This record gives sequence, structure tokens and C-alpha cells, in this order.
Amino acid sequence: MIKKSKQFIVAAAVSAACLAGAFGPAQAAEEQYFMLPSYRVGPYGANGAAWYGGFIDYLSYVNMKGGIDGVQIAWDECETEYNNAKGVECYERLKAKAKAAPGPIHVMSTGISYALVDKTAADKLPLAMMGYGLTMAVDGSVFPWAFPLVTTYQMQASAIIKFLKDKNAGSLAGKKIVYLYHDSAYGKEPILALEAESRLNKFELVQIPVAHPGNEQGAQWQRIRQEKPDYVIMWGWGVMNMTALKTAQKMGFPREKMIGSWWAGSEEDVVPAGDAAKGYMSATWNVSGKGVPLIADIEKTVYGGGKGNLSDKSKLGTILYNRGVSAAVLSVESIRAAQAKYGKGKAMNPEQVRWGMENLNLDDARLKALGATGLLPEVKTSCDNHEGSGKVKLQQWDGSKWVVLSDWLEGNKALIHPLFQADAKKYAKEKGITPRDCAAEAKKK
Amino acid sequence: MAFFFEVLIGGLLSGIMYSLVALGFVLIFKASGVFNFAQGAMVYFAALAVVGFIDKGVPLWASVILAFIVMTLFGIATEKFVLRKMVNQPPIALFMATIGLAFFVEGLAPLLFGNDVRPLDIGLVDEPIPAILDSLNIVVSRFDLTAAGLAALLVIVLALFFQYTRVGRALRAVADDHQAALSIGIPLQHIWALVWAVAGFVALVAGMLWGARNGVQFALTFTALKALPVLILGGFTSVPGAIVGGLIIGASEKLAEIYIPPLMQSVFSGNFGGIEGWFPYVMALLFLLVRPEGLFGEKHIDRV
Repeated sequence: MIKKSKQFIVAAAVSAACLAGAFGPAQAAEEQYFMLPSYRVGPYGANGAAWYGGFIDYLSYVNMKGGIDGVQIAWDECETEYNNAKGVECYERLKAKAKAAPGPIHVMSTGISYALVDKTAADKLPLAMMGYGLTMAVDGSVFPWAFPLVTTYQMQASAIIKFLKDKNAGSLAGKKIVYLYHDSAYGKEPILALEAESRLNKFELVQIPVAHPGNEQGAQWQRIRQEKPDYVIMWGWGVMNMTALKTAQKMGFPREKMIGSWWAGSEEDVVPAGDAAKGYMSATWNVSGKGVPLIADIEKTVYGGGKGNLSDKSKLGTILYNRGVSAAVLSVESIRAAQAKYGKGKAMNPEQVRWGMENLNLDDARLKALGATGLLPEVKTSCDNHEGSGKVKLQQWDGSKWVVLSDWLEGNKALIHPLFQADAKKYAKEKGITPRDCAAEAKKK
Repeated sequence: MAFFFEVLIGGLLSGIMYSLVALGFVLIFKASGVFNFAQGAMVYFAALAVVGFIDKGVPLWASVILAFIVMTLFGIATEKFVLRKMVNQPPIALFMATIGLAFFVEGLAPLLFGNDVRPLDIGLVDEPIPAILDSLNIVVSRFDLTAAGLAALLVIVLALFFQYTRVGRALRAVADDHQAALSIGIPLQHIWALVWAVAGFVALVAGMLWGARNGVQFALTFTALKALPVLILGGFTSVPGAIVGGLIIGASEKLAEIYIPPLMQSVFSGNFGGIEGWFPYVMALLFLLVRPEGLFGEKHIDRV
């Protein structure tokens, strides 16, 4: 009953927060304001609750430790239900409040971020797409306001191929790999990269799409059984992931030969699949568990202080929770980088935050100082590289937890990044954008 | 050839799973002439209730009973607060009411039982039957076969209920004309509450099977999308039609998913897979042109 009351209170608080976002007064001068078009209900509500829980917990943690060099962080959530139209509506509702001193905007949805790339550029507000979104925005000369930080679908796919190569004595020649993907922009993004890797490494690539939502995959797995691949790389989301694992079990395909993307590698994907998930691998750009000092300190400080955002505390330390924390770390560090240039203890304006995101240098020393060693890879951004890392780890589900299998693996940058640049160039031509001269800007620094 | 039969059998068994959801639609339509837009949400609600009670330490069998009670109460509440005031209103008004009901249930269910994705273990492992796999090299799932058996049982019970019981005949009378049924003393309110409770039970069975297969989560509401073409094919008023429609849709979508994309690729090049999302709707559309009332639906004749 207490839990139920708490849920009502949380729901009421979220609604009130959304209303406050629409009609409330502007935030105090030395506050950095994060608009959070989030989702906690709807088809992917469980994923959103863990991710945004981690994100908000880190913001609370920073505030409890004195803010970003004294600048407190404010935020408003607005429920999108992972729906593009609602995502845009939330953005439009909250953007006036974010105009003065915004934090990077996180929508945790490729579809919504696609819809916002042009709008945020026009409004001059920084859009973060950490592990999702429009990947050609890696090229900051065309997309100054969009940041597909840490790593992209293409670099992830390339890193998975690297991992498989290492497993097969350095060669995938003559092997057959099935790419089973959600038939959407998200699933289609890595195809070019996989095709390039297939040509380079001489393996056969079989592409099998799954119609949304992916709760029925009998035909796809019958085809996989017939193809007899060496590996299946899976780009799923939500119900598609557990359905794939269960159907693989039904068809007798070994889960040890299945590797999912980072959106197919959370506890929400494997726990419901039960034994069918044992042995399954996935990529990830952050690790799970409470072993990382920062996560343990968040539990102690934020939950100990009664300010935790999760209604279900068991999600603390899960992959998606830790990913939310990682995204918040990157956001706060971007603002810190901006403050270092433009003035400590001051709220940063949109252009200054954008500069911070483009000149982020989260190295091992800084990660260690934050207590986040090993939680996420080092990230160093620039005008022509809004990704900043391109590294992932591979992990395996042992039936009760994710076990890390590899160190940080970087995809084939020389192969993949030119693909982004070519796409960005085409995009700039279509939209009439004059790309910035990154080399000249670097010389000026 | 073995592969063709594997796809065909797999499709037929998947079709039965669609039929289970379609049955709920048929029941409500037969009793009230309303297309219940909330049926998918009811499947989700029922399955979530089961895992919600299990999470509180209640054993599976008792959780199922409690979930059935929840669905029955939901049926009674729907009649009392939504349908009672809409007697003799145009079908479109009732349809709109069920749209509202769907949104209400989709919000209420996670509020009551949580929105986490949870497994549901009903003791059935979704693995191939070794004897068939070894002798014919065809994968036939034990889980799917059991689901098919359950669906067959449900259909027989429901068909007998509608055909041979007083309540069943009353249900059919109510579906034909609310006011005429009331005028000859049929207790409309009781009948509606009863049929919503029965539809709740069917949703519970469907929700448990789909939940055991894919996890209990919001995506269970999408199962309704698979039931729509089944209904168009089988007819909105026929219980056996829901089964036959399910079999046709299931088999055809799987065969199409396997055999059409390679043909299209050879002609147009590119990637044409993932067609099972829309293929059943195209089939249903073509079928509508030829037989609008469906295979087993009642032909509607108006005297002029």
C-alpha cells in the first residue's frame, strides 16, 4: 500500500513537474536547467525508468555535493511514452525555459532525436544522443548542435566484428553471420558498416529484418535455422529481444553465438527470457553493478539522503541505470569543461555548453577522480568528432548477472568514420548547410 | 520440403496464438455489437495481474484465480460505469468508449502491478519436441502445441455455451438489438457484465500464454494488432471463425515472410524482409473485397 501511495505521489510529482515546466517561473540565474523528455510508461517504460532514474540520481548527487562548481542543477521531466510526436511536444513546451542555461537534451529515442536534430540546431540548443540517434552527426562540421557521444551503432557493429575476429584466430573469412534487426531506422543504421566489414573481412552477411514490435519471430528463426550461420548479431529493442532469445531456444540455436547491440543487452532483456538467455552476449558502453565507486557513492549519498529517483531500488546498478548515470556524468563534465573556459561558478549559456560538449576530455585520470573508472570509456571530442570514443565492451549473461568478456574495443574507425562524413556531406548539400572548417577552428585555439 | 512444412506448421501454431486474442473480440462483439478496442489492453492487464500477485508471494494457481476475479470485477465495472449509460447508442459511440477504456487500462494496470518486464513461468518450456525433430527434422514447439490444445478446448466450450445455453442465446439476442432484447425481459446489464467477464477470462488465458512466451510487458497490448486481420477473415461473430482465421493468417504470413522477400529481391534488389507486419492486413483487405462478412460471419440483410 505504501508502495502504491508512493507511485501515486511520484506520478503526481511528475505531472506537477511537467506543468511547472510549461508555466513555472524561469529558474534562478546560477542554475543549469536540464529538460528531460523522458518515458516511464508505455512499451519501453521499464527501460526509461531505469535510465532516467540513473540520470536524475546523478544530477541530485552533484547538487548534494555542491553543484557544478557551485551552480545547482534544475530539471523537469515530460512524459513522451517513446512517441515521436509527444517527444517534439515536450521539447517545444520546455525549450523556452532551457534557452538561458541549458543542459544537454537527452530523449533516449532514435526517432525523437531524428525529429529534433534540425529543431535544436535552429533553436541553438545542444542535443545529446548517447548510443542512439542520428549517427552522421559525428561530423560536427555539419551538425554543430548534435552529439552522438561515446559511440555509434556503426562503430559498435564494427567492434562486435573485431571481437568475433579475435575469437576466430583473427579471421572471419568464409564465416556466415546473420544480422537480425528491428525493421526501423535504429536497425538499419549499422547495415552499411556491416556490409563494409563483410567486404573487408570476407564473411557472408545475411540480413533478416523483424517487423515492429517483434513479438513474433517464428519465420525469421526458421530461416536462421536453414542458413546455419556461425553467429547472429541482433539489433533489437524491447519485446523483440526476449522474443528472439526464446525463439532461438525453440529453434535450438546456441545463445553463445548470439551477440546483441547495447539496446539488447540490459537486465530488462534477459531476465524475462529466463534460461533462454543464458550464454547470450551483448555489446555495452557502460558496465553494470554497484562495484564502481561512483554508483556505490550515489546509493550512499542520494538514497541515504532519501532523494533517490527510483521507485524500485533493485534497478540501481543495472545496465540501464548505470548508463543513465554515465550519460549524466558526460553532460555535467561538458558543463564543467565550459566553465573552465568561460568562468567557474557561472551558469553556462547554450553556445558555451555546446563548446563544452565539443571540447570534452574525459580521460582516465578524470574518470578516476569521479570514481567512475571502468564505468564508461575515455571520451575526447572535437569539431570533427562528436562521438569522442567509439569503444564498447562485450558482456555475457550467466543466468543471473552480466559478466564482462573484453576490455574496451574500438571499431574500425578508418573504415567507419568516412561513412559518416560522406553521409553528412550529402545531408549538408540537401539542406543547404555550409560546413564549418574544423581544421581552421582547431588552429585558432 | 521439410522446411516448407516446418514453416507451415509453425505458422499454423502461431495463428492459434492470434486466435486466442481474437476470441475475446468475438465474444464482446457477439454480445453487444461493439468492437472492443480495449481487448489488447485487457490481455496485458490480465497477465500483469498474474505476475503482480506472484510478485507478492502468491502461488501461481492462486494468482490465476485472483487475476480472474480482478478481470471479473473489471467486467462488472465496465458494464456499470461505461456501458450501462450507452444502451441503444450507435455502435460508433460504444466503440469510442472502448478506446477510452483501452487508455485507462493501459495506465491503470502498471500503476497497480508495476511496469517492469517480468517472466511468467507456467511450467511449459518453449523447446522443440525431440521425437519430431529427430525423425522429420522439423521443429514443432511443445509450448505452441499445448497452446493450440488450450485454444481448441476454449473454442469448444464457448461454441457450446453460445449455441446451447439460455444465457448464450440471450447473448445473441442482445447483440441483434439491445432494446428488443430488453423488451422481452432479457437482463441486458447482467448479460453484458457476464460477457465482459468471460472476455476477461479469455484475455487471461491469452495473456498468460503470450506472457510466458515473450515476458509480461506493455507489448502484450500489441497482440491485438495480430487479431484484427484474423477477425476480418473469420468474421466478427464466429468463434470457430476466429480459429480458422487465425490458422490462415498465421500460416500465410509465415510462408510470405520466407518466400516473398527473396522473389522481390531478385526483381527489385534491396532488402524486402519484415513483411509479416503488414502482409496479414493486405490479405484481410483483399478478403474484405470478396467476402465483407468474413468466412463465418453472419450475412447482414436489411429489409427495405
